[in-house]
Amino acid sequence: MRNIIRFILRHNLVFLFLLFETVSFSLLISYNHHHNQTFINSSGRFAAGIMKISGTFTEYFSLKTANEELSRENALLRTQLPGNFLVEDSFSFDYSNPDLGVNYIYRPAKVINNTVNKFHNYLTLNKGSKHGIEPGMGVITARGLVGVVRHSSANYSSVMSLLNTQLKVSASLRESNHFGSLEWDGRSPQYVYLHEIPSHAPLTIGDAVVTSGYSSIFPPNILIGIIEDYELNEGEGFYEIKVKLSTDFTNLSYVEVVEVPAKDEVHELEKLTSDD
Amino acid sequence: MIDNLGRYILGFISIFLVQVLILNNLNLGGFINPWLYVLFILILPVEIPNWLLMLIGFTTGLLIDIFLNSIGLHASATVFLAFIRPMLLRSFAPRDGYEKGSLPLPSHFGFSWFFKYAILAVMAHHLFLHIVEVFTFDNIFSTIWKSILSSLATLLTIFIALLFTGSNKQRN
Repeated sequence: MRNIIRFILRHNLVFLFLLFETVSFSLLISYNHHHNQTFINSSGRFAAGIMKISGTFTEYFSLKTANEELSRENALLRTQLPGNFLVEDSFSFDYSNPDLGVNYIYRPAKVINNTVNKFHNYLTLNKGSKHGIEPGMGVITARGLVGVVRHSSANYSSVMSLLNTQLKVSASLRESNHFGSLEWDGRSPQYVYLHEIPSHAPLTIGDAVVTSGYSSIFPPNILIGIIEDYELNEGEGFYEIKVKLSTDFTNLSYVEVVEVPAKDEVHELEKLTSDD
Repeated sequence: MIDNLGRYILGFISIFLVQVLILNNLNLGGFINPWLYVLFILILPVEIPNWLLMLIGFTTGLLIDIFLNSIGLHASATVFLAFIRPMLLRSFAPRDGYEKGSLPLPSHFGFSWFFKYAILAVMAHHLFLHIVEVFTFDNIFSTIWKSILSSLATLLTIFIALLFTGSNKQRN
């Protein structure tokens, strides 16, 4: 006890300071609205801040599972979209064949390799023929179109990216449904070019460009990008449209592979007419 | 000491009146305010006991607060000044310590000594005051800038005030 008193007396300046500051600050906080509010708010913010910091750490551990779950759920939801079912316009619907029940089947996959800086860019996905992925299927993300499956092994598949000068995709303007073909010029990974839009089509910068649904690879109305710029090629009567891609190809992680179950049937039918 | 007491009371009243009646109404550039009253804490005798120094600091600040409707703000800053004053004096002490009955004034220790002492004390007080006033460390640089400008204004008024009393003190 005597030691404590001696300690306080030796550091009397500090103790006096703390005593008077405590009195001052309690006066300050109780008599001044601004200080009072700030004190109350910041003590709340302090507690919330600590919770948030611990949250950012724990979140990271569950991020991977969360992503996988989301992408699986996305695929499931797309499969259940009303436009995906044949029921309304098909009289002889075969309920025993599950593949005929839907227009499109979506399967989630993870991008494990991706390039954007070559002329012929490819992606590699971690799903293959074992998971039902076959060459010719379309690949999309929630943000837009990605590419077309080229080859598939048992566990992996290789996808020709939209950023590949060899790939042509049938695309249309969302406003007017005029369709043309979409190509990459091999330069910026942000822009592609849409050709063959006739000169009478109404165009506005900022309009959306979507898949046309004519190709039996992609469902219609999958976003590709927005019109950044366009010019009319006078001699041909067609527009050349610069499209800013909605998908950022430089940070792709989870994609969905689209299967069109009726594709073979459509192809056979179209082959008959072209043979005529 | 006794004859000093009357002079300190007179000094306190005049400094206080100048602060409350004139300087509080001065608002240079919207936010620069000279706080002349810190001079009173600065010139208290060197060997004043800590408890008295703290008590005077607290009371002075609180009186200023009453006139400015900012209860506790100047009190806390002036208590802080009273807290660092013994340390400042110790670090500026002459080689063989302070003589008995010496006052921290230019007439006792010279102008440059007082200038250094006053700059540090005023800067510390004003920085504390302005940080407590905004009650946040956001925009700390603008707070520091405000403190520097106010310190300059305060130092200016301190030297003007010392000019008025200087001839009187010189005879001591």
